[in-house]
This record gives sequence, structure tokens and C-alpha cells, in this order.
Amino acid sequence: MNRWVNRLRGRNNEGVLALTILVVVTAMTLVNPDFFTVSTLFGILRNSLVETVFALGVLIVIISGGIDVSFPVIGIFAGYTTIVIAQGGGSDPGVLGALLVAVVIGSLLGLVNGGLIARFGLPTLIVTLGTQGVFRGVLLAYIGSKYIAELPASIAQLSTTDLFVVQQGPVAARLHVFVVPVVLLCLAVHWLLQRTMFGRGVYALGSDAESARRAGFPVARLQLAIYALVGLLAGIAGIAHVTLSRNANPYELAGTELDIIAAVVLGGASILGGRGSVLGTVLGVVLIAVIKNSLILMGVPGTWQRAAVGVLLVAGVSIQALGARRKAARRRAVELEEARA
Amino acid sequence: MGTTTSGTVLAARDISKRFGGVQALDSVTLEIQAGDVRCLAGENGCGKSTLIKILSGVEVPDAGEIEIGGTVRARMSPADALRAGIQVIYQDFSLFPNLTVAENIALTPLIAHRRKLIDPRDVRARAAAVVAELGVRLDVDATVEELTVADRQLTAICRALAEQARVLFMDEPTTALTQREVRALFRVVQTLRERGVATVFVSHKLDEVLEISQHVTVMRNGAVVASGRVEEFDRMSLARAMTGRDVRDQRDVPSLDGTARPVLSVEGLGLDGAFEDVTFDLRPGEILGITGLLGSGRSEIAEALFGVTPAQRGRVEVGGEQVDIRGIDDAVAAGIGYVPSDRLTEGLFLDQSIADNVVAGSLDLHRARSGLLDRARLARTIDTFFAALRIKAPSVAAPIRSLSGGNQQRVVLAKWLARGPRVLVLNSPTVGVDVGSKEEILDILRREAGRGTGVIVVSDDIPELVSVCHRVLVVRRGRIHQVVGGERVTEDSILGGLSA
Repeated sequence: MNRWVNRLRGRNNEGVLALTILVVVTAMTLVNPDFFTVSTLFGILRNSLVETVFALGVLIVIISGGIDVSFPVIGIFAGYTTIVIAQGGGSDPGVLGALLVAVVIGSLLGLVNGGLIARFGLPTLIVTLGTQGVFRGVLLAYIGSKYIAELPASIAQLSTTDLFVVQQGPVAARLHVFVVPVVLLCLAVHWLLQRTMFGRGVYALGSDAESARRAGFPVARLQLAIYALVGLLAGIAGIAHVTLSRNANPYELAGTELDIIAAVVLGGASILGGRGSVLGTVLGVVLIAVIKNSLILMGVPGTWQRAAVGVLLVAGVSIQALGARRKAARRRAVELEEARA
Repeated sequence: MGTTTSGTVLAARDISKRFGGVQALDSVTLEIQAGDVRCLAGENGCGKSTLIKILSGVEVPDAGEIEIGGTVRARMSPADALRAGIQVIYQDFSLFPNLTVAENIALTPLIAHRRKLIDPRDVRARAAAVVAELGVRLDVDATVEELTVADRQLTAICRALAEQARVLFMDEPTTALTQREVRALFRVVQTLRERGVATVFVSHKLDEVLEISQHVTVMRNGAVVASGRVEEFDRMSLARAMTGRDVRDQRDVPSLDGTARPVLSVEGLGLDGAFEDVTFDLRPGEILGITGLLGSGRSEIAEALFGVTPAQRGRVEVGGEQVDIRGIDDAVAAGIGYVPSDRLTEGLFLDQSIADNVVAGSLDLHRARSGLLDRARLARTIDTFFAALRIKAPSVAAPIRSLSGGNQQRVVLAKWLARGPRVLVLNSPTVGVDVGSKEEILDILRREAGRGTGVIVVSDDIPELVSVCHRVLVVRRGRIHQVVGGERVTEDSILGGLSA
């Protein structure tokens, strides 16, 4: 019985999250029957695509015991710069070409973070706070500060490509084709974390950095790779964001780090490191998207949404802290029991 | 197998290492033969730990060479050391609490082999094989954070065996173990020896050293001062080598007025999951020892008396009046002082001066009538304790960070003595303190008791307790298992009470 409950709950409380999502959806449906429609579902999924990709990167860095707040800026840097380059070049780079450019830019910026952190052993929050400002400044000062409404043809075409369309009365519910690469990306990151030495190294590093060093993990190289990977994923998310919004605006994304970090933490990743899963993260992103969507439907002003996300972040961290305390108390009791036996 | 695979597996020659202004290692040479069981002994701060870090590639020596299996190198990385078969089991085990036992055991060898991909089934099978080979019971699917201390140590040992260990260093391996678990550990070491694996115990517990080892190397102040077969040493000569002088080992307790009313009276103290039914009296001028294995509840009792983690049940009387200790403030108000085991994080402001630290706990007692601080009186208090406790520093303005462990501990003591407490509780007062200072700190306690203060010393350093305590409470599984008093306070009687 107990075993079953634990199985369902999951190692990072994934079960609890799934249940919470279910409860929110049910409640919303009871309040407002319009909520439970295919179009709402597709809408939530579409709104979660970019956030999910960002969240995968944040998941990796949080498991490693660090934090990165520069990823949204890296994302828009990569996305906007790619469009600027494409326009300057005159010819359409194609979807893959654009993706490649964005990925390279994102990875390079991530390497800057990783280099500073690994080489000088600086606190990750401070480094990424600093580079966030630098990246943003460079973007607006040297690359451009103008809104670009015209995307290259290939990207513009992609932005309106749907995987499939469900006709529901007068409205058509569209599921964007980006769902496919995002799902593949989730699977890839899951595989990377669970099945490769790099992934286990990320967990080990977040679990205990000194032990990781003693065990022979190349800690500096790991950190370099982790932040480069966050940059890479941010680059993908950036170009995806530009594509989905059908324009390139260098002022966007900055400031969204709260939502994404909140989603990852709600998804069971420990801010202390060493803990977290792709499934939990995806559920966390979906939960936040569902709650934001619900707030809109209930007519809650947009300004309150940020407050709501903030509350969720604090709640997520508190739940973790309480859980850890309970666990410690239980272990102390068990040890005493065994000593008595 | 019995065949002594003769030959040196590991040799460190003329290793030197400086940290800032401190010469941690000065031309140290250590040779280890296959199948050797060697004890590396020495006081805290003698350089043992630095030597191990260098031999395992964590630190790089300034000078000297390391020879492993015939290859000579000036420096190596942790991965190099692991590939060469050098394994260290640190006191904290260096495990990954969030990973499974199987991963903890099997990942490190895979790193050394530069494997890129991980197959969980393969990891599990490798780990299970090692566990079976060692003949121990261990759930390889559990995460390490769920394990007890003894099982964590087993995991660490299994991890070392999973790689082809040729030399196994174990740093203070018995600290947290019961007598029975220590026996089991020694059996494992015997198995290793038969396979030609050398084991190096790092320890400062003399009895263990003499029991299990074939060879002994003693370090002091960053240099090897004695080395030889175990038969060439006895308790006294080992202690002399470790400390550099004859160690006063006998009891010296101040006389005690047995008729005085207790200054502290504890009855039926209990805290869930920590301790239960703790009852004792403490007379003015008495030094009472509380000992027990790690996790027995000894520290929790001290912390409860000072209100750090208050007890849930029971009565505490100070000077005949009942006090309700719900927090540190209550304990301080009742006249209880507490010197914590971790003075660096719990007892001192490291970057502040000695002067500021000495009076940090008694500012309220140095108020003039106006309500402002009485500077002249503060200065007098500071100078009095600086001189009385013989704190070695250029002046009272020196920051705490610049002091040695022994002098830092004196400042913590001064901080509490400045309050003139009725009861002083000390948790592991001489851990990380050099031998000379240790004696002086014990002398301070004797002097303080002579003034009528009740002193409680919580410690696992048995000789220290024997040397200074009137009575010793032995705590086992959260309960007072035995009270040893008067003539019966000897190392043997206390050790007998510690473990089943």
C-alpha cells in the first residue's frame, strides 16, 4: 500500500504534480465549461513550447547545483541576431540554417558563463546576473534595438505550419508542428541525464561537488559543458520564440526567467542540486501554463499573474524544504531504531 | 592466498607542500608494500590529511615524487590516482546522497575507464557483484541518503573494491561504528590483505592502531617522526611520537564538596528520536563527562540543555529553581553557558577581533547606568581573560581567523566565562586543538570547576574524560546506560559501557 503510494508519487513528486494539474483542470471546467476544450489544450501546449525548451536547460543547471538567470537574454540574443544575420545576408538561410546559427550563438554565450564559473569558481547566480546585463547591452547597442516584423520566408512559413487542426464549431484548434521537436528534445535531455556519464556527472556535481571531484569527474569541464548546453537550449528556444511570435523583438523574453525557474522548481528539481527530472519539469511548465490560463479565463488582471507565479515558486521551495526536514527526522528515528535492534 | 606479493605498490618520496605560511608537509617519505596493513598516526593537523590528498591526486605537491607500480610521477590527477589503484575512503565517505547505492559503487570505476554511456542494468549488476563478493547485506537500489552510517561506510568500501584497489586509505574509519561493526570492518581488511591489497588506516586512536596494523608511521608537524613494525611500539612510545613529549595520562580532578546542593538537576529529560529519560545531578565544582558513540544522543542532550533543540519532556533545575528551557535565551538567563563542537560556525565571529569576541556574549552585563556600554569595564574584562586564558596573539585586536585552533577555543571559553555561568556545557572541547593547548584547556576547566561552576564535558575522547571528569555518563541509544564515578573512571570501564 505504502509502496504503491510512493511509486505513484514518484521520486520527485511527479505524481503529486500530475494530480494538482488534474485538480486545477477539473475545478476550472466546473467553474467554466469553456475551459475544457481541445483549443484550450492546444493553446496551453503552444504557450508551453518555448518555456519547455528553456526549462530543460534550467533543469540541467539546477540539478548541477547552480543557477542561470541569463538564459532568456541568451535566447532572444540568439533568436534576434539570427534574423538580423539572415536579413543582412540577403538570402533565406532556411529553417535548419537559422537553427544552426541560433544554436552556435547560444552555445557561445553559454560558454562565456561556463568559462567564468569553471575557471574562477565564481557563484553562478552572480556570474549569470552579470552576463545577462552584458549580453542584453551588447544586443541592444550593437546588433539592434528595432522590432523586425518581416521574417525570412522559410521561417515565416514554418510559423504557420500546424501538426494538425481540429475543427470545433466555428473555431479551429491548431496544434503547432513544434510539438514534435520539443518532445524529441525532452526525450534527448532525459536520455542525456539518465544514460550518459555526463548526465550522472551533473547529478553527482549537484549532490556533492567535492565528492564529484574526488570520484574523478572532470568538474571544470562538466561545468563548462553544462552552461554551454544551457546556452544551446536557450538558442533553440530563442529562435522558436521568434518563429512562433512571427516577429523578432529584442525587448522580449527578458524577465521571463522567474516563470521558468518556478516551473522547474515546482517540477521537483532541488534548488540545492542533485535532484530533478525531465518529466517533473514538463509537468511544472504545464502546471504554470494551466494556472496562468485559468487566471486569464477568470478575468484576473495580468499584473497579478506574476504574483501568482511568485507564490508558486515560494510554495515549491517550501514544500521541498518541509519534505527534507521530515525525511531527516525520519532517518534519525530509523537510525536510533537500528541501533536499538 | 598467503603469497606475499612483495614489492612496493606505492612510494611517496620527499613530498613537501606549503599552504600560505604553513608548511603542511616537509619532505615526507612513505612506502607501502602489497598486502601491508599500515597505520598512519598523528594528532590533528600533523599533515596526515594533506598527505592523503596528495597521494590521491586531489592536491599537487610542491616538491617530491610519487611512484606507483614502478611509474614515477611528480603530479597526478584524481583520475590518475584511481586508475593506479589508489582508493581513499574519507571520513564523510564522499558518497552521492541522491544517487543509488549501485551508482555510488559502480560509477567511479566507469569514470576512470572514460565510459561515456551508462546502462542502469550494467551498473546494478556490477554493484551487486561487488556486494556479494564482500559478503555483506546492502540494498543496491536504495538511495544513499536512506542508509544508516554503517551502511554508508559499506557502500564506500564496496566502491573502493569495485575498482582494482591496490592501496586503500581509510580516514578515521571507526569513529561512527559500534564495536561489532568495527570487528566486521577488521575482517574485511583481513580479506583485502589476503588479496594483496594494502590498507592504510588513518587514525589517532592508539588501541586500534596497535590491534590491526602491521606497520606504523607516525607524523608530527608535517614530518614523519617514527616508522616501523607495530611490535616496536607500545602505547607510551606511540603517544610520545605523536605528541613529542611524555603525555600526562593520569587523572587530575579537583576536590569536590559532596554535600553541596546540586547546581543543575535534570530529571526525565526526553526528545523524540534523540534521547529519553535522562536524569542526573551536577554539583558545584563538579566536572561531569557525557560520552557515547556518534548518534547515541550525547550531543543532543547538550543541545537540549542549552535550548538549541529543546527537550519535549522532563524537568531542569538550576540552583534549585525550576527553569523552562525553550530556547537559547532561557538557558543563558538561567546561567548556562555552551561551547559548541563546531566553534568556527557556531561559536565565533571569525573576522572580528579577540576583544570583540570575548565580550560578545556578555555585553548586557557591561552596561553603565546610562544604558550605554561601559568601555573601561569592557577593557578590563577583555584584558583579564586574555591574560588568564593565556591566549597567544600579538594583541586583543588580532582577528580570530588568524589564531590557531587551540587559541580560538580559548576565546570561545572566555566568551562564556565572562558571563560567570553557573553551569558550563562543552561539546567536544578539544577537537582540532593541538596537544599542548588541549592540556591547558583542560586546566582551565579544572580551575573553573574549582571556583564552583558546574562543568559538563560532552566528548568521545575517552582519555580526556578520564583525565578531567569526576563522573562520566555513558549514553547508549538515547539513554544513560551507565554512570562511572570516582575510582572507577578508567578508559576500560568507559569503553566497556560504550558498546555491546
